[in-house]
Amino acid sequence: MDLTYSPQEETFRAEVRAFLEAELPDHISAAVRSGVELPREIYQEWHEILGRKGWLGTTWPKEYGGPGWTPVERYIFDVECSRAYAPRIVAFGPHMLGPVIQKFGSDAQKQDILPRILSGEDWWAQGYSEPGAGSDLASLKTRAERDGDHYVVNGQKTWTTLGQHANRIFCLVRTKFDGKPQEGISFLLMDIDTPGIEVRPIRLIEGGHEVNEVFFSDVRVPVSNLVGEENKGWTIAKYLLTHERTNIAGVGISMQALEEVKALARSLKRRGKPLIEDPLFAVRIARVESDLEAMKITNLRMLFTAQKHGQPGPETSILKIKGTVINQELRDLARRALGPLAAPFPGHVIDGNLVMGPKDTDANAAVYFNNRKTSIFGGSNEIQRNILTKTMLEL
Amino acid sequence: MNFDLTEDRQMLSDTLRRYLSANCVIEKRNEIAYSAPFHSPQCWSEMAELGIPGALVDEAHGGYGGTGFDIAVVFEELGRALCPEPFLGTLLASRLLLAAGADQQDLIDGSVRYAVAISELDEPYDPAFMIASATRSGEGYALEGRKTAVYGGHVTDVLLVAAMLDGRPAVFSVEAKSAALTSYGMIDGGGAAEVVFDATPATLLIEDAGKALDDMFAAGRLALCAEAVGAMDVAYTLLLDYLRTRKQFGTAIGKFQALQHRAVDLLAEIEQARSITISLAAALGSDEAMPRSAMAKGLIGRVARLVAEETIQMQGGIAMTWEYASSHYAKRLVMIDHQLGDTDQCEGEIIRRYAAA
Ligand SMILES: Cc1cc2nc3c(=O)[nH]c(=O)nc-3n(C[C@H](O)[C@H](O)[C@H](O)COP(=O)(O)OP(=O)(O)OC[C@H]3O[C@@H](n4cnc5c(N)ncnc54)[C@H](O)[C@@H]3O)c2cc1C
Repeated sequence: MDLTYSPQEETFRAEVRAFLEAELPDHISAAVRSGVELPREIYQEWHEILGRKGWLGTTWPKEYGGPGWTPVERYIFDVECSRAYAPRIVAFGPHMLGPVIQKFGSDAQKQDILPRILSGEDWWAQGYSEPGAGSDLASLKTRAERDGDHYVVNGQKTWTTLGQHANRIFCLVRTKFDGKPQEGISFLLMDIDTPGIEVRPIRLIEGGHEVNEVFFSDVRVPVSNLVGEENKGWTIAKYLLTHERTNIAGVGISMQALEEVKALARSLKRRGKPLIEDPLFAVRIARVESDLEAMKITNLRMLFTAQKHGQPGPETSILKIKGTVINQELRDLARRALGPLAAPFPGHVIDGNLVMGPKDTDANAAVYFNNRKTSIFGGSNEIQRNILTKTMLEL
Repeated sequence: MNFDLTEDRQMLSDTLRRYLSANCVIEKRNEIAYSAPFHSPQCWSEMAELGIPGALVDEAHGGYGGTGFDIAVVFEELGRALCPEPFLGTLLASRLLLAAGADQQDLIDGSVRYAVAISELDEPYDPAFMIASATRSGEGYALEGRKTAVYGGHVTDVLLVAAMLDGRPAVFSVEAKSAALTSYGMIDGGGAAEVVFDATPATLLIEDAGKALDDMFAAGRLALCAEAVGAMDVAYTLLLDYLRTRKQFGTAIGKFQALQHRAVDLLAEIEQARSITISLAAALGSDEAMPRSAMAKGLIGRVARLVAEETIQMQGGIAMTWEYASSHYAKRLVMIDHQLGDTDQCEGEIIRRYAAA
């Protein structure tokens, strides 16, 4: 057992850090630090910077233009990016569709789609969930019916993250209407500006616009936009979910959030002393810090196994469950620490001269509420438990 | 022993519920609560006409209530509707006016609005550590310092301000228009203000205010606990309805035992929250009020967060949306912990008493 990084890994870390220092613009890290919703341009600018460096498809092998990183290198990249307040990479193109096209796409699809993801030119959205199909994704109803060289798509997707910024969307659609639901699903690509597609905003709990409903009425999609075989979309969907998981523990973001909480608790006061000296508050930090330290190792252990044996196993559900809970706990502390200073609605600007709390903390409550999503999406924590139960009990 | 409400209080509760379910339905409530002035002047005057402020004041001072149970009944109903009207300020002010032996007729009839300024940037919850101070100036006093999170301060006529006088907490009365007020809306709806005092003229209301402030805190915490209980009841009802009707995997999600047990655990916690609130209501006005308020508010802080987080989690994505009422209940339930003492502050108060005993 050896918990130190190899010399190559240390060199890699230094390289990533130097890149971030040189290439991550101040206005971008400042926007990330503030905790407010990022506009499209900020993501886009960052995607393009990463694209030029060849670091946008972090999971991609070299043959497709990726950096060919090991899981541990990807982890280091993630931690360093969080530490530097780089925007998270919007996962749908680089982390989700890219690997799918590499495994299931036709040559034409590979040539058309992959370069445009790598350069940041295309912004993909994920059209899986529907109003009636959340955890039970296989019950999805959006239908695609063949008409000559086209599919005609009708139905509705929902929760489409950042769909308002996307120019393309990959969807799971129903192409067979009898038999097992899983066996009638296909994986279809669409341009968002195709006639008949309408994107409508959903406002989230904290007031932000991050997700959307997408409506399809008689949308004509060329058959060449089908990925893999018709009615084999479920296999692709499952493959994609395992890829969605490599950074699922969000360790980098939690490490940064922990530092923020400590800094905040040093600068705020309670009963004449720094908040950090209040044992009741400090013990909350101590607990989550210990959990996070353990999580780092749990995460690395699982990455190590994946590196050795190929696919990550069902244990990654543990990363999702514990990782989200740790992150949510940290967001709770960042809100709690502020006391009444957490209350103002972040959009209602307070007179410029009247600062409420320490810098970049005015969205702390909003961020806390928004982050309740992490235990719901990408397979809720209950669904993760079901997956684990199945493999553990073998009943 | 009797846990039933008296007939009068039941009537008060019914009246208020009827009024709020007609005038403060969630869509309208959200419009009011999240845009300036973060409350409805019309609802405010109608509720004053219904006698809400009067229910918070005892008969000797012109009201018809003023006990812990009166306060609890009113705020539980406000909580059920997530009503953003700034009655917390009314209650806090009334307790201070009571301690000062001052007339409160204008508070009771709603013609003058009051808010109370306690919290500061460097001390949110404990008045013993305030920095804002007063000095004698001619006939009256002058205030210096800044107060934060003055609930209802965005629409008040009179501010009652806790400030140090000769090293001890005192309470002053200030005309709102003579102080520099900045208003804002809150993430869970409703409004507040920041107030900066710069040689602001003030009238002394209570010179040695330690006891009066304790009573005010106890009453305010009771109100917030009752509000939380009301909000939890509704949040829980929404959850149960959803568990019954939402179908996944061909069945109501309420059929999944993983959710059933958690729903039942929540019920147990909510009942505990209700009980500790009743315990505090009974203690209001006695020496036990302040320590009991620490227990109640500390417990409610834990339970309210749990109810907020679990109701979101167990309903899934829908509960993350602005459109669905549940999210607004969750926000209010979490943010109640940030008012008049969070769980850590309250548990700290309890612990310090152990050492002192
Ligand atoms: C902010 C946000 C962003 C999202 N982004 C996207 C996106 O970009 N693209 C996309 O396609 N989707 C997206 N989603 C959708 C997300 O994947 C779903 O919300 C998720 O799958 C849960 O589905 P649901 O919300 O319909 O909840 P439901 O499936 O209705 O579940 C409700 C509750 O029941 C529980 N439950 C369900 N089944 C079981 C069971 N068998 N046993 C025990 N408990 C169960 C759930 O865990 C949950 O607690 C997003 C969601 C959110 C909130």
